[in-house]
Amino acid sequence: MPLFAQLYNFAHWLTQDRAAAEDLVQETYMKALRGFSSFQQGTNFRAWMYKILRNTFLTTQAGLKAGAYVSLDGDSDDDKPSEPADAETPETVLLARVELETIQNALEKLPVRFREIILLSDLEEMSYQEICETLGIPVGTVMSRLSRARKAMRELLAAKLRGASR
Amino acid sequence: MSCDLWRGKLDAYVDSDASQEELASLEAHLRTCPSCAAEALGSLQMKRMTQAAATARYSPSPHLRLRIEESIQPNRKPVWALPWMRLVVAAAALVLIVASVALWMRYSAREQTLAELLDLHVATMASANPVDVISTDRHTVKPWFQGKLPFTFNLPELQNSSFKLVGGRVMYLKHSAGAQLLFELRNHRLSVFIFQDQPAMIPLAMGATTIREMAFNLETWSEGGLRYVVVGDASAADIHELSELLRVAGRS
Ligand SMILES: [Zn+2]
Repeated sequence: MPLFAQLYNFAHWLTQDRAAAEDLVQETYMKALRGFSSFQQGTNFRAWMYKILRNTFLTTQAGLKAGAYVSLDGDSDDDKPSEPADAETPETVLLARVELETIQNALEKLPVRFREIILLSDLEEMSYQEICETLGIPVGTVMSRLSRARKAMRELLAAKLRGASR
Repeated sequence: MSCDLWRGKLDAYVDSDASQEELASLEAHLRTCPSCAAEALGSLQMKRMTQAAATARYSPSPHLRLRIEESIQPNRKPVWALPWMRLVVAAAALVLIVASVALWMRYSAREQTLAELLDLHVATMASANPVDVISTDRHTVKPWFQGKLPFTFNLPELQNSSFKLVGGRVMYLKHSAGAQLLFELRNHRLSVFIFQDQPAMIPLAMGATTIREMAFNLETWSEGGLRYVVVGDASAADIHELSELLRVAGRS
C-alpha cells in the first residue's frame, strides 16, 4: 500500500488516538480504491491521498469538533496577513533550549487546523500548491494560516520555556 | 523596504516556495541585516526541528496493514454463509485449518512482495526523477545496467507498438539488485521489474497471471532464471501486450 506508514503517522497526529487513526487510514484506502478512476493522471497522487484522509477525518467525531472550531473562531482573518513574530523572542536563543519532546507537546496542543498545516509543510514537505490541493483552500490562505500557525507554535514554546525556567 | 515586510516573506523562504527574484532580493537583505538573518535562521531551525519531532512519531501496528488488505479485497461472499456448507465445513474443519494456514502463509508472503513492488511503482510515479538513465533507446538503456546487475536481460523492439521506453533504474527486492524499467503507453506509466529468481521469491512463482489489486494490473512470469513483473494502471490487455513483447525479447 503506497504511503502506508506516512499516512498512519499523519492520521495519528490528527486524531491523537491509535484506534481512531487506524480506522481513518483504513477508510482512506477504501475510499481511494473506490475513487481511483477519478484520480487524474499527472495530478499529485500524494496530495490526493492526504485530501481523502483529511476530508474523512473532518466527518469523524473528533474531526467535527475541530471543524466546528474552524468556523467558530473566525477563519476569515486567515486572509489577513499575520503580524510578524515578536522581536522579544529571538528564536535562535529560544530553540537552543528546546527538546524534541517539547515540540511534540506543543504540536499536540495546537488547534487541528494549525497542526495539520504545519505537518503538511514541515513534516511532509509539501509545496504551498500541494497544501492548497490537500486542504482545498487558496494559496494565499495557505500562506497566512501557516504563518499564524507557526506564530501560535512559537508562543506555546515560549510559554513552556518561561514556565520551565521559573 | 522595512524589515517588517521582509519578515512576511521568510515563510516562503524557509519553505522553498519563494520565486527566483524574491529569493535574490531577500538574500541580499539578509546579508546586510543581522536581525532578519537571525529570524530566518530561527525559522529554518524551527522547521527542521518540527520535522524531526513529527517524523515517524507514530508507527502503524503490524496488524493494521493486514486488516486493511483484507477489507479492500473484492467482496467475496464467505462460502460458509450457505447453510448446507456449514455441515461440510464442520466435517472438514481440521483439514481446512491445516490447508488454510499453509495457503495463507504463501498468500501473505506473495502479497507482501507484490505490495513492495507496487509501492516502488507508485513511488516512481510520484518522483520528480523517476529514472536514473533517461532514454527511449534500448541500446542506451541496456548497456547502462551492465556491471550494476548480476545478470543481463533483453529489451523489446517497440517500433511497431504504442509503448515507449522512458528509462530505467536499479531497484532492490529482498536485498538483491534488479532492474526497474519505465514504459509509457498513452497517459499510463508502466513499470517492468526484472530480478533473479531465488528461494525468497518462491511465493511469487505462480506462472503467468494477471492480478488486480489497488486498481493496478499486474502480470508476472519466470523465464531463464529471471522473474519479470509488469505493473501499471493500464488495462490488463495492455499489460499483457507489453509482457508478450518482453517474452519475445527474452527468448531472442
Ligand atoms: Zn531586516
